[in-house]
Amino acid sequence: MESLLAGLLQAALAAAAAPLLTGVLRTLKARLVGRRGPSVLQPYADLRKLLGKEPVISPTTSWIFRVTPWLLASTSLVAALLVPLVFTRPTLVPAGNIILVMSLFMLATFFLALAGLDAGSAFGGLGASRSVALAALAEPTVILAVFALAIRAGTSDLGGIIERLAAEPAQAVAPGHLLALAAFFIVMLAETGRLPVDNPATHLELTMIHEAMVLEYSGHYLALVEWASAMKFLLFLALLANLFFPFGVPASLAPGPLILGVAALAAKLAGLVVALALIETAVAKLRLFRVPELLAGSFALGVVSVTSAFVLP
Amino acid sequence: MSAPGYLSAVLLGVLGTAGGLAGMLGWTWQLGLHEALPAGGLRLAMDPLSGLFVALVAATAVPTSLAGLEYARRDGRGWLVYLGFVGAMIAVPLAANALTFLLAWELMSLASYSLVLHRGRSDESVRAAWVYAVMTHAGLGFLLTGMLLLGAWTGSLAFADWRAAAPMLTPTARGVAFALLALGFAAKAGAIPLHVWLPLAHPAAPSHVSALMSGVMIKLGIYGLLRAGLDWLGGGPAWWGVAVMLAGAVSALVGVLYALVDHDLKRLLAFHSIENVGIILIGLGAGMTFRAAARPDLAVLGVAAALYHTVNHAAFKSLLFLAAGAVLHSTGTRNMEHLGGLISRMPWTAAAFLVGSVAIAGLPPLNGFVSEWLTFQALLHSLTVPRAGLNLAFAAAMAALALTAGLALACFVKAFGITFLALPRSPAAAQARESGRPVRGAMGLLVLACGALGLGPTLIVPALAQVAVPLVGAPAPPALGGGLTLRLSGDFASLSTPVVAVALALGVALPLAGLGLAGVGRRRRISETWGCGRLVQTARMEYTATAFANPFKRVFDFFYRPVRQLDIEVHPESRLFVRRIAYENPIRPLFEEWLYRPALGVLHRSARRLQAIQSGSANAYLLYILGALLALLVLR
Repeated sequence: MESLLAGLLQAALAAAAAPLLTGVLRTLKARLVGRRGPSVLQPYADLRKLLGKEPVISPTTSWIFRVTPWLLASTSLVAALLVPLVFTRPTLVPAGNIILVMSLFMLATFFLALAGLDAGSAFGGLGASRSVALAALAEPTVILAVFALAIRAGTSDLGGIIERLAAEPAQAVAPGHLLALAAFFIVMLAETGRLPVDNPATHLELTMIHEAMVLEYSGHYLALVEWASAMKFLLFLALLANLFFPFGVPASLAPGPLILGVAALAAKLAGLVVALALIETAVAKLRLFRVPELLAGSFALGVVSVTSAFVLP
Repeated sequence: MSAPGYLSAVLLGVLGTAGGLAGMLGWTWQLGLHEALPAGGLRLAMDPLSGLFVALVAATAVPTSLAGLEYARRDGRGWLVYLGFVGAMIAVPLAANALTFLLAWELMSLASYSLVLHRGRSDESVRAAWVYAVMTHAGLGFLLTGMLLLGAWTGSLAFADWRAAAPMLTPTARGVAFALLALGFAAKAGAIPLHVWLPLAHPAAPSHVSALMSGVMIKLGIYGLLRAGLDWLGGGPAWWGVAVMLAGAVSALVGVLYALVDHDLKRLLAFHSIENVGIILIGLGAGMTFRAAARPDLAVLGVAAALYHTVNHAAFKSLLFLAAGAVLHSTGTRNMEHLGGLISRMPWTAAAFLVGSVAIAGLPPLNGFVSEWLTFQALLHSLTVPRAGLNLAFAAAMAALALTAGLALACFVKAFGITFLALPRSPAAAQARESGRPVRGAMGLLVLACGALGLGPTLIVPALAQVAVPLVGAPAPPALGGGLTLRLSGDFASLSTPVVAVALALGVALPLAGLGLAGVGRRRRISETWGCGRLVQTARMEYTATAFANPFKRVFDFFYRPVRQLDIEVHPESRLFVRRIAYENPIRPLFEEWLYRPALGVLHRSARRLQAIQSGSANAYLLYILGALLALLVLR
């Protein structure tokens, strides 16, 4: 019962904090290029505005279009119950492991791409096609990168991986581990629609992927889609932070360690967001058909990390 | 006359399912018929593995026969062959000696051959049936050779005698027998590179027959591999398993890559059958490898994963074929570029196809996800087998499986999105009508099966492990958790799809209720899709299947090797006025060009050389016979 409560609390915390993370990144990027930028709370204001507006729906669309935003919200909430964020044993961990988490994201990708096709505009199709092309290469890589860690830890349970790797800090510099980190990081950029793969700030049709796919959404549907992608961003960053830097994630539910866990996660996320802001300011967007090369490279890194985890002592 | 035929097929299906399930639970029996016939006569035997496959065939035949009932209203022919096809497929797993097995096997092949040809006299179906006949008999040739060799070495054609004598054979003999049998069965299963008949024959057959061919007939190839590798020959060295696993990895990837760029709805599904057979072979190969590495506890896991995916694929693939058949019957085309918008005209079919798509793409909480999860876990368990060479093969299989899952997702976004969503791309699609009750009922049954197989792994995996235990020589099935949670090897991995399903439902319901109470989304406006200011939205503005698949064609161009053909016809007066543009971007089939064409070339050349002795005169042939007879007498 206690763990159920803590798990729900963790999901609620993630749900509430996700737009903040996006806001912090946007403000940081603005500052880095010399603009003042919006307040870090701007995403909340955007969501509130969108929730109050009346959605415009195309008569071409079907129920898929209207169900998808709710399904996106649902998959991100369930994923937030599965991913160890502030303690290693979230409520639903017995329900599944990294394969389940990635499959939930794939479920969301699947329906979002269908919704992109549903309105019958060329934009939606273009976004859907590009988005599934990237996801098809990216999501297997995440599975492989985490498998590389699972092979070292001797369990495929996410909490178990974190606990065992935290107990052996020397593992963090093992070659397989570093390769997996590199693979995971590249894929995280692609999966959450960051530069150099996708540009979250543009609405130029030649360059966009995610934004083209959700072009037809408005009102509270758009609010749900935006919030779900903020959640996905938070969960990917948290997975990266906790799996590859598995320190300060408490296994117990006592208030002391739990507060420590929240603080540790916040510190790790802040570090990652600064790194991301620096990268996004420094690099230009890749040409679309160069992106698969990048992802194929990260897939290869994933394969190498799995083999090295098997073969190296 | 055809309706009673299909009704009796439904009855046969129900009875067969019951009998098969009873067999799985331990109702084993043997039956000898006409034992006076040469080669041991006809013998049947039931054991848990036979029971599983009998139940699989029979249970799938129930919905497909229901669908056949509806199609029979328009075209009453073919029901007797159909009934024979179902009966032969039930007989194959029950066969207890080589003669019975080969008779049932050949009856199954001939019945399906004639069903492929059934649809008419078009060049396409004639060619499909021809390629199918050649490939299936090439496979039969391998089987026959393997079985006759085994018969010669063990002195019997009864499977029970092979089982007893197999340990006494030399490793080379066992290897040769396994290779021959495996090739024969792999050709039936549609594994790469013996797959060429499958994407031709499955689409050409009537849809309820395609559902049976893809759903269960190719699974009998898997059954044969299980029998030959693990039962008759009693397991073998690690290379058997590794070969099966790598063949599976290649089949999975190649199958899904071809499916991605194919826009014929039924052929796309046929290519996905190759992919799914690949996934099954990965699990089976893992099981065989674990057995060779003296880890029967893990081998149970691999074989159970393969069996689970076999059952799941039967459910969702026959569902998808029935839905595709409903689309074909209603619109007259299988070409996705002429479809679209069917979700509003055929809502039931669309929902059924969506469920099938989610299941085959391996998405939670449906059945495809569970068996892919189990296959992944079986592969991951190789970390407890410290043999670097084997581990590399497992890593390759893992990578192939992960990539396959991603690509299958993309392919079914295309298949469902282009066929069922947005605006219809042709008048036929705009006038589509929902199919009748029998087909809808059949699809409903299969949707329920996909759901039940997805939510019940804690019941199904132990049952399948029980079937796998005697095959891999394990003392007892491993502990697999219970209640709602499937647990593997202690805390190594766990999965609870019912919990995930409930959590997903709550995740939709709670925000919906919360935001609804807060008054969000009360009003909505209907307005046309945004199109940069153009006035009327038409289907020509939609993305096409070709465009959708184009990123994949570019990423994997080393595999597809596409050829770009652009043909522009301009007005004679001025080349600024374009009259017609023809653009084609076909892919080049790798295996046909590099494997089959050279092989056929050799065949043709040697046939031409042999022409010299084909004079057509009966006297010459009698002379040949005399010569052969004399040679045999001398050589004896």
